[in-house]
Formats: sequence, structure tokens, C-alpha cells
Amino acid sequence: MIATLNVRLRRFLRRTLTRPRIDLPLALGLFVLGLIGLITLYSASDGSLGMVGGQAARFVLGGALLLVVSRISPSVLRSWTPWLYAGSTALLVVVAILGEGRGSVRWLDLGVMRFQPSELLKLTMPMMVAWYLHPRQLPPSWKDMAVVGVLIAIPAGLIAEQPDLGTAVLVTAAGAFALFLSGVAWWRIGLLIGAVGGMIPVGWHFLHQYQRDRVLTLLNPESDPLGNGWHIIQSQIAVGSGGIFGKGWLHSTQSRLDFLPEHTTDFIFAVFSEEFGLVGVCGLIVLYAFIIGRCLWIAMEARDTYSRLLAGAIGMSFFVYVFVNGGMVAGMLPVVGVPMPMISYGGTSAVSLLVGFGVLMSIHANRKAHL
Amino acid sequence: MKLRRSLKDPRGESLLFRRRALAGFVLILLGLILLVSRFVFLQVTHHDEFVTRSTNNRVKPRAIPPARGLIYDRNGVLLADNVPAFRLEVVPEQITDMPALLEQLGKVVPLGQDDLDAFRKQLKQSRRFDSVPLKMHLTEDEIDRFAVNRWRFPGVDVVPYLTRRYPLGGLFAHVVGYVGRIDADDVERLDPKRYQGTSHVGRSGIERSYEDVLHGTPGYELLEVNADGRTQRVLETHAPIPGRNLYLSIDVRLQQAAEAAFAGRPGAAVAIDPRNGQVLAMVSVPTFDPNLFVNGINHVDYSALTNDPDKPLYNRALRGVYPPGSTVKPFLALGGLEYGVRRPEDTVLSTGQFCLPGHGGSNSTGRGGCYRDDTRGGDGTVNMVRAIEKSTNTYFYKLALDLGIDRLSEWMSRFSFGNKTGIDLLGESEGILPSREWKAAHSKFGWFPGETVIAGIGQGYWAVTPLQLGHAIATFAGHGVPYAPRLVMATAAVTDAQRRPLPNPPSGPSLIRRPAEWDVINEGMRAVIVSGTGKLAKLNDGFPYLIAGKSGTAERFSRTSSAYDTNKSTAYLATRHRAWFMGYTPSDDPQISAAVVLEAGAWGGTDAGPIMRKIFDAWVVAKGGAAPRDVPLPAPGEPNQGVPDQSAPNESTAPIEDIPVEDNPAQASSSDGATP
Repeated sequence: MIATLNVRLRRFLRRTLTRPRIDLPLALGLFVLGLIGLITLYSASDGSLGMVGGQAARFVLGGALLLVVSRISPSVLRSWTPWLYAGSTALLVVVAILGEGRGSVRWLDLGVMRFQPSELLKLTMPMMVAWYLHPRQLPPSWKDMAVVGVLIAIPAGLIAEQPDLGTAVLVTAAGAFALFLSGVAWWRIGLLIGAVGGMIPVGWHFLHQYQRDRVLTLLNPESDPLGNGWHIIQSQIAVGSGGIFGKGWLHSTQSRLDFLPEHTTDFIFAVFSEEFGLVGVCGLIVLYAFIIGRCLWIAMEARDTYSRLLAGAIGMSFFVYVFVNGGMVAGMLPVVGVPMPMISYGGTSAVSLLVGFGVLMSIHANRKAHL
Repeated sequence: MKLRRSLKDPRGESLLFRRRALAGFVLILLGLILLVSRFVFLQVTHHDEFVTRSTNNRVKPRAIPPARGLIYDRNGVLLADNVPAFRLEVVPEQITDMPALLEQLGKVVPLGQDDLDAFRKQLKQSRRFDSVPLKMHLTEDEIDRFAVNRWRFPGVDVVPYLTRRYPLGGLFAHVVGYVGRIDADDVERLDPKRYQGTSHVGRSGIERSYEDVLHGTPGYELLEVNADGRTQRVLETHAPIPGRNLYLSIDVRLQQAAEAAFAGRPGAAVAIDPRNGQVLAMVSVPTFDPNLFVNGINHVDYSALTNDPDKPLYNRALRGVYPPGSTVKPFLALGGLEYGVRRPEDTVLSTGQFCLPGHGGSNSTGRGGCYRDDTRGGDGTVNMVRAIEKSTNTYFYKLALDLGIDRLSEWMSRFSFGNKTGIDLLGESEGILPSREWKAAHSKFGWFPGETVIAGIGQGYWAVTPLQLGHAIATFAGHGVPYAPRLVMATAAVTDAQRRPLPNPPSGPSLIRRPAEWDVINEGMRAVIVSGTGKLAKLNDGFPYLIAGKSGTAERFSRTSSAYDTNKSTAYLATRHRAWFMGYTPSDDPQISAAVVLEAGAWGGTDAGPIMRKIFDAWVVAKGGAAPRDVPLPAPGEPNQGVPDQSAPNESTAPIEDIPVEDNPAQASSSDGATP
């Protein structure tokens, strides 16, 4: 029994290496993106090889996980989905209980490493929505939409409570995209957006004071020179002074002279913009658009509803990262902790992104047979 | 109108998805174009403007830490002050070779190992462009020497700051506490915005529990810096809002009298105004110099404090737990009245031994459920007043049994025994109130009736803090109206010095429903002073008001040898007893109450009693009028007249109370047993 398991596991791992099921264009796009990330990080971290090495190690780990996940077929993933979703939500509850009485707790300490359960939801959330919609009639009815709404609201609410607004937005978006892709009628989408818009004043009431401050600071950055206002002003100066062609690699004065805070993590895109200018920004955005487009193409080719919705949602939520982080750096959106995918240093975000792409690779490998 | 499909339609769904995915991609492209257009706006349209701002970007904001609020006693005597000082700070990113720098710098300004350790620790946690303090509290000589050599050390600066000083040293170390340098744990819990630029935070005592009030709000200044990051000039300043000053309800003169009365013997005392819960004195002896901790205590001083067998760092008043002994008796008697179990005139015959019903009194070993009185042969027939006066164990054994453990612990918990008193300090001990719940949580055995019996005389599981007993006697003296003890009575802004009192409403309704009950217990505690243990200590002699009180003598160890029966010397007993005294005055209209514990006291009445009396004496002197502001205090001497000599008691005048019993069965298993 154990011997058979052992044999099967070995075969699985061997095939992972010998017969990788990857989509080359997507893998290439990610590789180039990671390379740009490391190059930018080298400059932003003042030439710290330790940080660049650490980030590269994360990419390697993420890449390995990508290969492993790509061998798991979508139908197996689908059968695991409710458990994965319930498990990751339960971890959120554990964090919420452990965090009782402390300020902001997102981490679960496993002894060996710490990780954020909310990170898991970025993947298990679209999986769950896709799982739910898979056997139903599409486009979904009001009832199905309501169920999906609850499935999204529970973990998103727990994450927002932590409080981690950035991740809550990402998780909600991932679930909402799956719903969008399932073909909800446009007029219903319009109605929903209208309703959400109407809820904004109510939601404002539930925000933490510091979160409200961040939004208000966006409107008037000069009011908060020691905190986020300073971030916003300095980030815009970095971006704006970069101009069309940029100041050149390793020549970002804003980051070098420490005017720009968090210049290796949340604000690394400002360093990139300062050094490579509008040309660099456009190039990077095109690369992101290519990756998202490729994800959607894989989704269209997918075999069943579950795979389609999941692949599409993962691809589209990638856009949310780019838009929210880019908008923050450019002073268009409030300061929330959303990293620039594959460019920002640290965290588990790079690893969890690559695992998500592993799912895409698997869906691609199990695509419809072309007749 | 399309007909609603009743079955899944894979082809239709696939098409639907395709359309949706395309629509989604178009929306995403629109979003990305919006993003890019914002970058065009910044990088093309406003490029020139931002280039100018970037090259002129020489302005950095810097937080100005607020001045910490000062702490005064109730009459305005300064207890915690801010004094200007200078420290050496290093900006890590401007240093290329840190070890070499520290070595060179060490030749100019001597750097201790403690400084270096603290520096390295903080260096790891701070950002490279934040300056890290290297050495606090520079001497003038060190400042001069560094100034001459400053050109050799770019990135190192002498920075002025305000440091904390406690002018009265150890006298308030356990109350006011001290501040310490912010460390890694603090960084996690403190709001970084409020603590930018602040180097110290309240570590213990009032400094810790009133941190929010004392700290204030930081301001900031906009600095012009050159390419090295060195400040050229200040462009704009937004002043910080200093923390609020605190006024303690403690009177320095009472505090000094209380500390002096201990003469260095370990113990604690708490004096409270029963009318409002204000703490008038709170000492824990021995104490330590809080100034040592402010700028980081060195290893030698610290290990001297921690290795001291008397544990000067330990706040006995707040955290020390001791068996209360006979001091619980007045409260128990009150409970008997309150529950209608006893009338004041009910009498009990004390024969020198009390046996649980059903256990033979003839058992010569005393085992099998029999408990001794203190006086051989007993106190005869006693009513409630006389039982309190004589501290007659049999009376309280019976009373405890008649109340039962549930009512006993329910009643006692109302006086905060077994609970926090709610004082405005952190780290208060809860002590132990004997109850079924407590035992169930700590033992696999059920509750035994014998444990109820000994709970009636404050022994067995009992453990109380001096603060708890002080709170309990204050609650009684205040005719049963409970107030959480308060150390801080008012705050004031630095700017207007207008005191704003902190309200302290009663924490509940009065515990005493019929005033006549109060009068009975009061009479009993008066009798203790007039003809009981207090008489021996002459506690009321020469005092302008009537005092009421109760002594307690608790045993620290169970009796294992016969030495206890033969050796009656005070010195020997002092190694075995803890002496308690609690009381209040004037007994007809209580205005001050106190509880005193002396760890190595032989007898409650004669050893702890005089300490209480000295606090009361200082209170009378202080009542003469408030001390003028900021005037030097009278030297801590002997402001009291007519107080009996502390060393008065000896064997020949053996106290009436507190004669120990032999071989008490309940003590065989407890290491910290007690006799009343």
C-alpha cells in the first residue's frame, strides 16, 4: 500500500520534471517579468545582493510549485475545491481568534515559517466560485448569484477585519471575476454595481480610521507629511521626474536619497518608472497585458466550465494587482498593501501567484481536443 | 424572447464564456490604458514640474517628539521631571565601515559594552536612513571632545533630547515606575506615527498605565538637507502637543513616613481615603532607584537588583500575596450579620478547641477535625464584638461553618478578595479567595468542611495582596461603598496648568445595608485598639482621633519541629511570621485607612501596627495644610510624637492575640499556613 503510494509519488515527481505540462508563451512571459523584477530590485535595494538572491529563491520555489501544480488535473482540483476553500477559511478564523486583542494579525506561525492564510484565498476563492457554478445552468440565476455572494463575503469580511483591505479587495475581485465570466446578464451587473455604489457610504462607516485617513490623504496629500501623504507626494515626484525615457538604471534619485518610502516593496514600481520612464512603463504594461490575454485565451480553450471560470478569474485578478498598485504609485488610488506582481520584493505573494499560474498550466494541458 | 434552457448547454456556455472573456479583456485593456494615461500625465505633461521638484527635493520632514507630561504628588511636589540631555546618534546608511567607526569613536567618547549591545540590537530593527541612538546622556566633557572630532565622523551627531529624572529616587519607584528605551517589543505594539522620534516609553507603574496621557502628540519640522542628508536649515516647524501632567493623590509626606517606618524591613503598606478611593500612600520596601533604568541599566546594577534576596524590584503592595490571617475576621463577622447568620449578641463558648460536628473532641492528638484557639483554655463566652477584639478562633470557625464556603467566598469577593481591585496600575495580583471553584480548578479533590473552618480565620488557601486588604478596609471604613483605588486624581495641560480631576465614581452600591451592622464591627475594631493587640502597642496613645483596626499574624511555614513551642524570642518568630495590621481613623468618620504587611514581623499588633500609626501621624501633620508648591520637602525624619518604640514588645509582654497553637491539622499539608 505504502509502496504503491511511494511509486506513484515518484512517478508523479519524475514526470513533473521530464514531461512538464507548461504553456510556453505564458512561461516565457512570467520569466521575463521575473527578470525585470530582479533587475529593478537590484537598483531599488541599493545593490543588495542578499535581497535579490532572496527574491530569486522565492521565484525558484514558486516555479517548482508551479511545475508540481501543473501536473494536477483540473478534475482532481475540482474535487478538492470545497475542502481547500473550507480549510483556508477556517485558517482565517483561527487567525482572527489568535489575533483577539492585538492590533493587526494576519500571520499564522507554523514554527518553521509564517504565512498569511489570506494569501491562500486568492486561489481558493475563484476555485470555489467556479466549483459552485460548474454544475449549474449558466448564466446564473439571482439565487446562484446570492450564494456566490455569500461565498465571497465570508472570507473577504474576515480578511477585511484583520485589517487587510488590499488582500480583501483582491480576494473579492477574484471571486467576482469568476461570476462575471459565468455570463451574468449585463443588466444584472449594472444593477449590482449600482447597489455597491449605493453601499459605499455604509462601507465607509465600517472602515478603520487609518483606512479612512488613507483615502482622505489621497485627496489632500499635504495634510499628512509624516505618513501616507508623504508617500503619495514622493512617489509622484519619482514617477513624474522619470519622464519619457527615464533616468536610467541605478539612477533613481528619489529612492537613492530615501525620499521614497517602501521603495523595494509597495512602491518599487515608482523606482521602475523613474529609471525607465514612460517607455519602460508602457513596455511593462504590455507584458502584463500579454500575460492576462494569454490566461484568457487558455480559459477559452479550457475543457469545462470549472476550468474556464477558474483560469479566467486568475488571469483577470492579475490585472487588479497591476491596476491597484500602479494607481497607488501614480497617486490615483489610496495607499493599500497590494504588491506589483513579480516586481515587489518579499512576502508570499510571488509564490502564491506562481502557484496560481501552475493551475493555469494544468488547465492548458487538459484543454479541449481540437477536432 | 429566448426560452430558458432547462439543461446545461456546453456549446452555448462555451460561446457565452468566449464573449465574456473578450469583453473582460477589453475592459482590462481600457483599465490599463487609463493607468498608462495617468503615467503620461505625470511623466509627459507635468514632467518638467516634477523634475524641478525632484532636483529641489531637499526637504525632509522630521518628527519632533512631544515632551512627556510631568508627575506631581497631590500638593504639587515634583515626582517625575524632564531634564535636557544629549545623546550620540548614528545614521547607518552614511557609515561605510561600522566596526571601524565604533572603534574610532570609542577612543573619543568611551562606549560601554551595554551601549554597544543596545545599539547593535536596535540597528537591526531600524531602517538604514533612520538615526540610531548609540550613547545616551553624554557628559559635557564627552560632548566637547566629540565636537572637536566631529569632522572625522560623518553620519554621527550629538542630538539634544529630554530624559526622565525621578528626583525622589526610590520613594516612588513602585508607584510612578520608570520609563525605558523603546525596544523591539515596543515597536510592535506602539503606533509608529505617535512614537516617531520618541526614544522612551513608560515601562512600569504610572508611567506605563498612563502612557497615553503622558505621551502627547508629536509635531514635525520640514528640514532642508544637503546631498549627504545633513540638515542645512529648518524651513517650517509644527510644534508638538506635550503630554498632560499628572497629579497623584499620594501625599509625599505620608509616603515618606510610611517608607521610613519600615526602616528597611521588607513589607508593604497602602493607605487609602475611604471616601473616594484615592491612594494616599503606597510603599513597597525595599525599593530601588528608578533613574538607573531610564537610559538603560548596566549589567552590574541590574544583577545586583535581581540577586538581592529582598527583591527590591518586586512590588509587594501590588503583587505580593500573603495569607491574611486574622485580618479577615471583621469582614467575616460583617458577612454573618449581612446574611442573618449571626446577631451581634449571639455568643459562642470558646474552650480552646473547636471540633467539627461528628468528630470526637476527646481525641488527644487533635486530629480528626479539631482546631485550636489561640488562648489555651479559650476566651470563654464571647459575642461578636469581643470575638473581634480577642480574635477568638472558635467564634469564626463556627461562623464560617454556618455561612458555608459558598456564601463565605461570595461575600468576601465583594471586597475584591480573589479579584483585581481595579487600581490604575498594571500587573496587579488577584490573590486567592478560597472557594469551591478555585479548588476545583487547582486540585483533584472536592471541598472539605475543614477547609471552610480554617478559611474563617484567614488561613488555608487564602492569599491577599496588601493592596487588596487596603482596598477592603477602605471599603469597610467608607461604610461599605466600594471605590476602585486611584493613584492619579487629576491631569493638567502644560499650557494652562488647570487641574482637571479624574472622576472615580463608586464601583457599586454599598455592601452594607443596615448602618447598625457597621457600628458593631466598628466597635469590635475599636476594642482591638483599646484593649486588644493595639493596646499593647499603644496605637492610640497621643493620637488626636480614635483609631479602629485589626491585626493579623500569618505563619510562613507549617510547624515541623517543636522549636516553635519552646523558642518564643521575637527574632525567631520574625523568621516564621508575617505581621499584618489594618485600620482607619477617625473611627466615627473615617478619612484615612491603611493596611500594612511586614514580611518578617513577629506579631501583627506590635510590629505592623506602629507602621500604620506612623502613616496616620503623618496624615495628621499633613492635614494642617497643603505644602507649598515645589518647596523642598522636610527631611524624612520622625514627625510623629507619642508613638511607641518599635522594639517595645518582648517575651514578657506576650501579645494577648496571636499565641500560636500547636499542631494544627490543617497546616500539615500547607507550606504557608497561618494562625490568626
